[in-house]
Amino acid sequence: MAEKGTLTVKRGLAQMLKGGVIMDVVTPEQAVVAQEAGAVAVMALERIPSDIRAMGGVARMSSLELVQGIMDAVTIPVMAKCRIGHFAEAQALQELGVDFIDESEVLTPADDKYHCEKAPFTTPFVCGSRDLGEALRRIAEGAAMIRSKGEAGSGNIVEAVRHIRAITDAIRELTLVPKEQLVARARDLGAPLELVQEVAATGKLPVVLFCAGGVSTPADAALMMQLGAEGIFVGSGIFKSKDAKAFAKAIVDATTHYADPKTIVAASKSLGLNEAMPGIDLRKLADSEMLSSRGV
Amino acid sequence: MGVTVGVLGLQGDVVEHLAALRAAGADAVEVKTRADLARVDGLVIPGGESTTVMKLLARFEMAQPIVERVRAGMPLWGTCMGMIVAAKDVAGLDQPTLGLIDITVRRNAFGRQNDSAEVPLAIPALGSTPFPAVFIRAPWIERTGPRVELLAERDGHGVMVREGNVLGTSFHPELTGDHRVHGYFLEMVREATKVGKASPAA
Repeated sequence: MAEKGTLTVKRGLAQMLKGGVIMDVVTPEQAVVAQEAGAVAVMALERIPSDIRAMGGVARMSSLELVQGIMDAVTIPVMAKCRIGHFAEAQALQELGVDFIDESEVLTPADDKYHCEKAPFTTPFVCGSRDLGEALRRIAEGAAMIRSKGEAGSGNIVEAVRHIRAITDAIRELTLVPKEQLVARARDLGAPLELVQEVAATGKLPVVLFCAGGVSTPADAALMMQLGAEGIFVGSGIFKSKDAKAFAKAIVDATTHYADPKTIVAASKSLGLNEAMPGIDLRKLADSEMLSSRGV
Repeated sequence: MGVTVGVLGLQGDVVEHLAALRAAGADAVEVKTRADLARVDGLVIPGGESTTVMKLLARFEMAQPIVERVRAGMPLWGTCMGMIVAAKDVAGLDQPTLGLIDITVRRNAFGRQNDSAEVPLAIPALGSTPFPAVFIRAPWIERTGPRVELLAERDGHGVMVREGNVLGTSFHPELTGDHRVHGYFLEMVREATKVGKASPAA
């Protein structure tokens, strides 16, 4: 008997994406550009994060017609976003047959208290996290992959660095804590004890950890991989740059050979004088404009 | 004498293969460059995205050196994406491959992610206990050349094949605790090393 939707196959797809770049796309044409550049998957959405930020209003799940068009245009996996807690959007995306659902703070949350119960879904979920407690809560709900939240659409890598460091530092620290203190740690993290014990024993999350939110250059990607991310999501960084094709390929190359500065130089030079997307100083944003504080 | 098996480390589930190979008794190293490739006695191409990895193999000039080593006798094992990369043809798609095993594969043949599944699989070459096969957006083998040995089928579709020094599986033994396929491949590497054909240039 074939068993579908198991933890192994849901987490497994995320494992297959490691070392790769997942790109936000808003049209089938952009999806083809992403695939040609070497993306391992695309994230279908209606507007890229920097436009959501600029336009304001309520950001929802994409038109399913658009998502279908993107699924038909490429052979790589297609992800799509639902609002935090909007399990009916998630059910629709599963029915449509997307390969991964991103329950994302980039869209306007539908529930300010609860995330989706993800475990019963056949389709795997990825969720954003700012620290280990958030990551383990999402995994407890059934997330098969974790990404940093970063600050989407900002062109500023500082939040992603903060989140990846917070997660990896907390994991490292847990491995050093005496066993009898883990209950108190679980309380402080706001996470289930079994997951805290597992992380303390293995020294890693039980699911794949990617970086998202603010990657705009090849060097940004290399930085995040060296800090412990297992792959990269790029949103506005590609299609808000001056040359999407060149940026897409350069970020893929830098992610592949992240520890080799020669590759980073070649990838950066391949961009010529084309500029990366404009960035925002996050200290000048009001709290209400920060996406990463949604859904903790 | 121990053998060193490389895992192509451009993209995919590399560390899972490294851990499984070590558990099966090999020295295992990541292969990211031509220099890395020169040091190994056998190569695994892991699971991942085949379009991505074919582009990276071309961009970083790794395709030709791999083809040359395998044609000279070095054992190669491709899992899922790796089998697609090693295949002669991809059904219905104009996708470049390394053409190292005479099969035609169909990508995502068992379906998209919602159809990914765990299946107990009969593999007579590994004994009578079924293998816990993990299929993820998996391909199947649609055509096998005259020299290709079909080692396992799922619902009438080929999912494990061998032609001489090249092994292919549609599924992911590296995601399970069962290391019998890794052990099988390790035997192929030991055999080839004994014959001497696969030894890296001194």
